[in-house]
Amino acid sequence: MAALPDVSSHAIGRARWRASEIVFWILAAACAFLFPSRYLIMTDIVRLALFALSLDLILGYAGIVSLGHAAFFGVGAYSAGLMALHGLVNEPVIALVAAGVVATVVGFLTSFLVIRGVDLTRLMVTLGIALLLEALAERFSDITGGTDGLQGIEMQPILGLFAFDMFGKTGLFYSLIVLFVLFLLARRIVNSPFGLSLRAIKNNPLRAAAIGVPVNRRLIAIYTIAAFYAGIAGALFTQTTALASLDVFSFERSADLMLVLVIGGTGYLYGGLIGAVVFKMLQEFFSTITPQYWQFWIGLVLVVIVLVGRARIHRWALWLPNLVIKLLAGRKAVVAVPESDAS
Amino acid sequence: MTTLFTILFDGVAYGMLLFVLACGLAVTLGLMNFVNLAHGAFAMTGGYVCAVLVNNSGWPFFAALPLAFVASALIGVVLERALYRHLYTRSHLDQVLFSVGLVFMSVAAVDYIMGSSRVFIRLPAALEGQFDFFGVGIGRYRLMIVVICGLLTVALQLILARTRFGSRLRAAVDDPRAASGLGINVPQVFAFTFAFGCGLAGLGGALSAEILGLDPYFPLKFMIYFLIVVTVGGSSSITGPFLASLLLGIGDVAGKYYVPKMGPFVIYTIMIVILIWRPNGLFGRTATR
Repeated sequence: MAALPDVSSHAIGRARWRASEIVFWILAAACAFLFPSRYLIMTDIVRLALFALSLDLILGYAGIVSLGHAAFFGVGAYSAGLMALHGLVNEPVIALVAAGVVATVVGFLTSFLVIRGVDLTRLMVTLGIALLLEALAERFSDITGGTDGLQGIEMQPILGLFAFDMFGKTGLFYSLIVLFVLFLLARRIVNSPFGLSLRAIKNNPLRAAAIGVPVNRRLIAIYTIAAFYAGIAGALFTQTTALASLDVFSFERSADLMLVLVIGGTGYLYGGLIGAVVFKMLQEFFSTITPQYWQFWIGLVLVVIVLVGRARIHRWALWLPNLVIKLLAGRKAVVAVPESDAS
Repeated sequence: MTTLFTILFDGVAYGMLLFVLACGLAVTLGLMNFVNLAHGAFAMTGGYVCAVLVNNSGWPFFAALPLAFVASALIGVVLERALYRHLYTRSHLDQVLFSVGLVFMSVAAVDYIMGSSRVFIRLPAALEGQFDFFGVGIGRYRLMIVVICGLLTVALQLILARTRFGSRLRAAVDDPRAASGLGINVPQVFAFTFAFGCGLAGLGGALSAEILGLDPYFPLKFMIYFLIVVTVGGSSSITGPFLASLLLGIGDVAGKYYVPKMGPFVIYTIMIVILIWRPNGLFGRTATR
């Protein structure tokens, strides 16, 4: 029972890049070149994917159910907007990181509230924090522009070289690169011993504590990191759309985000990315049928997913790719299987 | 001084309304441990049923109120039997996703059927205006709410504490397995309770159209309020949520009056502080489930 070498070799094996992952990123890059008329929606997908990645870090890996993740998205969005508006930080990349840092600070401060209590309390506290920030943004309308939002944001060229164009080409490639870099970071994080300890906490906090994992500190750390990611996603939103309004904090944004992650599956990082693509396509599809009432169908999708069972749906969705891979490679399927859904 | 009393009275009326709206949730969420974010949708249903009956079919307001209760309870029992009962044992995440989905559906459906603008229920003349009580202005409508909701609260407490059904419900909640072993039909008790809670929400929705406003976004706007009532109130008895709703009602009305711009801010801050201080609610039992 040499547990330690097994764990580490298992972890190293998991951390290795798979062919399917490389294909995924090549496809993503290819899409950016292939559909020049679809830059805006693709940017939207990339932003959403980054945001979902952030939620996956806490939901899929640490098991924290958050109903108010839009709080950090909003903080990032407003920080980036304010920095650009008042010319504090003109260079978008530095502003992006700065906005992420602001969200990180907020995330760190609120993490102490979130780690206390059980699921239900966490739900309420996260939701409460998002609502609180929304109320604050509305209250200090002289800074945030209130219900009108921040207006007149003008973005400087990225690194002083690439100006944002009206078709959103720069915006898309910028977002895609940011997503890729942060994805690499997230991948590194979840495959590190730190990431493994998070899984242990998610599976059983008591046992994790018993084998010497500092549960609360780890949860604070991952919550703070997730806040950073969400802040970056929010900042990207402001930078690529040149607006920030109160709805960045809205409950619908947090709820949609959960749907994104649930569609894609939690706990393997690609869930948020795939979910974002599927969600945006669904949204586009529904809003072409019923421009005003697409929310109904989104809601129906949620209800059906839950009733059928998330694990079962993912098995169905992966049936075809698994079959193809088995036929092509003649070995055991290596497509990303959502091995654990958050409970 | 008189404004203080008026605020207090309005706050109490508001709080009692919130209690009737949320006490169904106190049972599903607090006792059965099911995170039902769609509770407001049942309230909205009741409100719209009442509005249609009164405004379009010319029913008297007081005749429409029981029907609002019945309609919501019926929808509640159908949904419980068809959908909810499969999810009692699922994770909180599943329950949240499911009920959020229901909320989205109800919002869009009501928007489709009734339009997105705010709906007013035509009130009988006897309920309009206010009268002076030792210099304190008391709204007739609010007085009626206090009376109705007060009676309901007493009735609920009596049902829970004194009747056979009440003791069955408490047994079923405390330990479903032991309760079914004793011959209690636990699913039936839960279904009935769920339906009754939905009916109360519907009644509350009908009553609240005048005060809270009734539009398709009702379930989203007031979701947090219902959750606050239950989580802050705790789940050990009906008194906890009742006191929590009164606190919330008075706090909200006073907050809107004295610090109009900070209103929601105050409520959310208090909620977070209380939840941090006592994760099981102010009046909750200390044991975690």
